[in-house]
Amino acid sequence: MARIEFQDKSAVVIIGSGAGGGTLAHELTRRGIKVVVLEAGKRQSTANFSQIPGEAFLQLTWLDARTQSGNWGVAKNFPTLPAWHCKTVGGTTVHWTGATPRLEPWELRAKSTYGKIRGTSLIDWPISYEELKTYYLLAERRLGVTRRNDMPGLPASNNFKVMYAGAKKLGYKRVHTGHLAINSRAHDGRGMCIQQGFCVQGCKMGAKWSTLYTDIPRAEATGNLDLRIECMATRIEHGTEGRVNSVVYRDGQGREQKQKARIVCIAGNGIETPRLLLLSDSSKFPQGLANSSGQVGRNYCHQIIGFVWGIFDKPVYSWRGATLAGVIEDEVRNDPSRGFVGGYRMELVTLDLPTLPLVGLPYGWGRDFASVIENYRNMAGMIINGEDMPRAENRITLNRDIKDTFGLPVANVHVDEHPNDQAMRNHAQTQMSRMYEAIGAKRVVVGPTPPATHNTCSARMSADPREGVTNAWGQTHDIKNLFISDGSAMTTAGAANPTLTIVALALRQAEYISREMKARKI
Amino acid sequence: MDQLVTLNRRELLKTTSGLLTGCIVAGSPLALIAPGREWAVDLTALTSSEGAALVSMARTIAPHDKLDDAAYALVIQAVDGDAGKDANTRKLVKEGLAALGADFAGSPESERVEALKKIESSAFFQTMRLKTLQVLYSNSIAYAYFGYEGEAFSKGGYLFRGFNDLRWLPEVPAEDSGPLPTGA
Repeated sequence: MARIEFQDKSAVVIIGSGAGGGTLAHELTRRGIKVVVLEAGKRQSTANFSQIPGEAFLQLTWLDARTQSGNWGVAKNFPTLPAWHCKTVGGTTVHWTGATPRLEPWELRAKSTYGKIRGTSLIDWPISYEELKTYYLLAERRLGVTRRNDMPGLPASNNFKVMYAGAKKLGYKRVHTGHLAINSRAHDGRGMCIQQGFCVQGCKMGAKWSTLYTDIPRAEATGNLDLRIECMATRIEHGTEGRVNSVVYRDGQGREQKQKARIVCIAGNGIETPRLLLLSDSSKFPQGLANSSGQVGRNYCHQIIGFVWGIFDKPVYSWRGATLAGVIEDEVRNDPSRGFVGGYRMELVTLDLPTLPLVGLPYGWGRDFASVIENYRNMAGMIINGEDMPRAENRITLNRDIKDTFGLPVANVHVDEHPNDQAMRNHAQTQMSRMYEAIGAKRVVVGPTPPATHNTCSARMSADPREGVTNAWGQTHDIKNLFISDGSAMTTAGAANPTLTIVALALRQAEYISREMKARKI
Repeated sequence: MDQLVTLNRRELLKTTSGLLTGCIVAGSPLALIAPGREWAVDLTALTSSEGAALVSMARTIAPHDKLDDAAYALVIQAVDGDAGKDANTRKLVKEGLAALGADFAGSPESERVEALKKIESSAFFQTMRLKTLQVLYSNSIAYAYFGYEGEAFSKGGYLFRGFNDLRWLPEVPAEDSGPLPTGA
């Protein structure tokens, strides 16, 4: 591993080591570019992932203080935890469930497809599907996605058999065990899925792709990566000419450090990325960095997520097997006759016993609440993953009343659901309930919206610099050597789980950055 | 089985302020895994009667009639631990219990539910509800009771241990499923 001097102005500094930052770090270092990665979390390994759900949660989750506002259910049910993502080397690729669908061509043309919808800030992506597809193909090979190339699908689990039977009763056709970055056979130096059901706690087989044990060690092996763990970026600084030139951070001992940089790429997940831009305000950029448009932190999307549980009179043992290995894709279409625009997936889901009452069930206590858990053996589960509408006022801001351990304002997450979001959730939960009832469920429980994992669009790419933060390469409109390299740069959320898109965009961005560096344009 | 060991390892601390004890019902799922039939939990911040009232409260919040008291005792042990470490928590719990009154633990469930509904928005109730849900379902007693098999890596996952053993619905056609590794 490289040791890059604090005063070295030639390095690219990447903030975050997840799907975006980890992929970008590997792609740049293998092209001979020196990279410093600042990762706020610690480094875990497949050997030390805790398999006690409560412990694993504390081991991996980003738990820094945040506040919330708005009418969404998360603010009421999980007031201290708006989002469930990771603070660890590998970022949220340690905890994700591996779902890797692509966005649809029409989803990239969101505004053109859906038309003008009141109360939204919809725009089209500045990239065509054909352009993005090139990188989807690369990403799918890289991650070993099932049902793509020569990687078979995962075998059907008990939980999926229930979903499949229900889906077929309702006439759904595009139902299968999913596109997942989970090895159905050993591949790329990683093991095969042995159906542990502990995807969220970190896959001890390494069967599920994570930058923790792919891109990060490979980037280290190039000799060009300086990975600094437990280092929390607090501010990005710029010179008089308006280019960024260094990143200020706190190291593991709480000491302030400063790393010079030729280029800075932010990949801190959809809440911390805009927070860092806002924290980096200056007399030249009084609204925060890259925020002349006022769009930093706005248009925050989190996708429509919600559980439905079916209780049967026979056992399902849903916890046995890969957490999300099943999908129904028939509702991924734009059909306003359903009462909303945009599409949604229905995905298989299960929760371990300790997590179910905390995250998966509606707020409650008493006989009725307990009676659901009494049926844990006989429960099957599904979750919606649908497109939410971007809104200018759904945004990440700084809450100056509450400070983190370094004395900096924490992020406030404000979400007011759009009527389209609510109509979509109702439609999806009705369909899932009908599926379970069609095959004899004795009870269906509609669960809450859990804390968001798919935090996107809060520093979105746009063709028009007034409507977003970056251009089509994630390069900020205002500052040429400042890039957004995570889901924050997505223009709209679509109905696809975001990781594959984040990786595809990072691969594309890496090509662009190295080309522009060679041409001495940045 | 860590929690069961804890339950039976009485540390005779000078600061012991209370005690919860119980006897595991023969033939229950817990009896199969417990190292002994009798258990005891020392309390260091709460009294025995406060402990008993909290058991009653936890049983009202999450009533599983056949789930052994030992599982609920783990919740109280955790609350007692928090109360021992933090004066604010101790005050919250002691005052909360005092407000519920001495008759709470012995009253019928319908009356306990009514009493808790009245304080549903209080910090005391919210703290107890969250603690109950966090502890009650994350120990080996609950795993055995609810049939949850937990961590699977050390046993080779569920691939050869029933991940696809459901037979009351049709099998999924090969094109929508995936190949089973040899032997599964």
